[in-house]
Amino acid sequence: MSVGSILLLVSLGLAFSFGLMGVINMAHGELIMVGAYCAYVSQVTLAHLWGGVAPGIYFPVALVLAFVSAGAVGLLLEVLLIRRLYGRPLDTLLATWGVALMLQQLARSLFGAPNVQVISPAWLTGGLRLTPALSLPYSRLFILGLAVACLGAIYVYLYRSVAGRRLRAAMQNRDMAACLGVATRRVDATTFALGSGLAGIAGCALALLGPVGPSLGTYYIVDAFMVVVLGGVGQLPGTILAALAIGGFNTAFEFGSTASLGKVIVFALVIAFLQWRPAGIVAWRSR
Amino acid sequence: MRVNKGSLGARPGVPLNGMTRKGLLGGLLTAVAGAGVLAACGPESRTAGTAPSGGGAGDAIKVGILHSLSGTMAISEKSVRDAELLAIEEINKAGGVMKRRLEPVIEDGASDWPTFSEKAKKLIQSDRVATVFGCWTSASRKAVLPVFESLKALLWYPVQYEGLEASPYIFYTGAAPNQQIVPAVEYLIREGRKRLFLLGSDYVFPRTANEIIKLQLGAQGGALAGEEYTPLGHTDYSTVITKILGAKPDVVFNTLNGDSNVAFFKQFKDAGNTPDKIQTLSVSVAEEEVRGIGAANVVGHLASWNYYQTTDTPENKKFVEAYKAKFGANRVTSDPIEAAYTGVYLWSRAVEKAGSTDVEKVKQAAKGIEFAAPEGTVKIHGTNQHISKPVRIGKVRADGLFDEVWSTGKPVEPDPFLETYSWAASLKKK
Repeated sequence: MSVGSILLLVSLGLAFSFGLMGVINMAHGELIMVGAYCAYVSQVTLAHLWGGVAPGIYFPVALVLAFVSAGAVGLLLEVLLIRRLYGRPLDTLLATWGVALMLQQLARSLFGAPNVQVISPAWLTGGLRLTPALSLPYSRLFILGLAVACLGAIYVYLYRSVAGRRLRAAMQNRDMAACLGVATRRVDATTFALGSGLAGIAGCALALLGPVGPSLGTYYIVDAFMVVVLGGVGQLPGTILAALAIGGFNTAFEFGSTASLGKVIVFALVIAFLQWRPAGIVAWRSR
Repeated sequence: MRVNKGSLGARPGVPLNGMTRKGLLGGLLTAVAGAGVLAACGPESRTAGTAPSGGGAGDAIKVGILHSLSGTMAISEKSVRDAELLAIEEINKAGGVMKRRLEPVIEDGASDWPTFSEKAKKLIQSDRVATVFGCWTSASRKAVLPVFESLKALLWYPVQYEGLEASPYIFYTGAAPNQQIVPAVEYLIREGRKRLFLLGSDYVFPRTANEIIKLQLGAQGGALAGEEYTPLGHTDYSTVITKILGAKPDVVFNTLNGDSNVAFFKQFKDAGNTPDKIQTLSVSVAEEEVRGIGAANVVGHLASWNYYQTTDTPENKKFVEAYKAKFGANRVTSDPIEAAYTGVYLWSRAVEKAGSTDVEKVKQAAKGIEFAAPEGTVKIHGTNQHISKPVRIGKVRADGLFDEVWSTGKPVEPDPFLETYSWAASLKKK
């Protein structure tokens, strides 16, 4: 469940850019990295302002900052690059890969090659002790909650707001939507920025659990793509199911065998499943 | 010792600080006059003019530095390069080697093993360097080993590794297993902590190390509580931690490498573990890694190395001061950094003794050479070309540095094939 929620958080943003828009964004991992560095920057800045230790409130601040800055990077990326490459998936793949390398090296120049240190705020350290052997770390619970909150926000945005309705219209039938007065270009940009922002939030949350360094993004990008493809491209419910399924199976296999073997088995299962249902868990109903 | 998961091709020629026009010109001149290999100094070759004085460029001795300055390994190898540059600068200030200035030629291995072997060839054949200081991962060392052996050139390798190797053209200034892993296990058993859980990244160093540990546990009355390997770059340790907590070991012997350490220690602490419940002993976590993990997450855990920044010798005091003065007060020194620094000095002593930079003469002269290194006096072994070093167990403090809790006191002779340990007889001699 906890692994699943991390996978979900990592892949939600990708579900936007790849799932809804069909952009193969190899720089998605680096947008996660941007989010993680936001956690570091806000921690250091607030610690400086308060003198000494950053107050626990730095983390919510970091989340907002991560969403905004990753979203801004995404927007810039869309306007400058991806907009010119729609309908050319291979070119997009190469171009975003290049961007990913550039962002990594940029992080290396700005923050140095070694990992930086992000200290979990006091209210997120420790865990809920259920039995002497089993405890649920607060940070994991927080990530679970954050994933659910993001899902809720996305649902409201997509299905309860004007912007969301436009987005769905543009994704289902771009020409028709354009005829009816939807500024599809602007919708594209917003969607991509939102997806990037979600990646930023994921990165910020992951800073609690894992390393914060220039190569952070590469650790998650494969998992993120796997979840989105398995879930069915363009299907948010599918993404959720796939994240939980992969997370659950991964943990189960890892427990039964070893971490390396567990990963191999999960990959094999995903491949087998996609052979059986190439469109993923939830497929478009085609007419 | 570390391995990366494949970085994206080579990106040669990361710009270097301190590159001067004079240095570049000097390099060109030497190449033209000396070797007659005009192609040598393409735009990729950068000679850093770090020495303020010394003779003309013509009589300088070129030495190669080959580390990953880009890609995943840059995280560790940049500091090692810095240490080597510091040693070269100090030697130059003190009058050079045989009254000749040292001139570093720096190449970027880009965390890519074929690039390492290509650049090694370039340093040896085109730049005609007298020796090369370089590499970090065992994979990169194995990639350049045939190059150095076939071209009969010297490599000084500064990192602790899995042993079972003794190339006649490599000097190993980091620890062999019997100078890091074996004493650490002995220490734990003597402390009465006999049930070990072995956790490592899934590649050659942890697997070899754990083979050794298992034999040793069997022979010395220890017990194996469990053994787990995770892929390099693995970031979710919840399942592994559950297994560890279930196995109830006395100590987790940690051979994880790189970023996985950050994830493991953060999540181990979040799972409610403290060092007084289950302590860990790491062999790949030094001062620099502790900073990335966050000292709060590792405080009270153990490590086994030959050197810590806090090591109390007059040489170390000088070394730490010089390192911080050159590279910034917020930088820390660590075992591989010290070993790299020591390697440069050992080579310079051997050259002085040989009276020549000729590889075979230097190799002969190097036997038994001693140097008062920051870690204590070290000595090059006569046959296996490793060096004797003291072994120290350290405990992480709240400020991220280590307190020495135990040490062998005197240097331990290197034994890369564990030939003097009867229990290691069944170990595969590769």
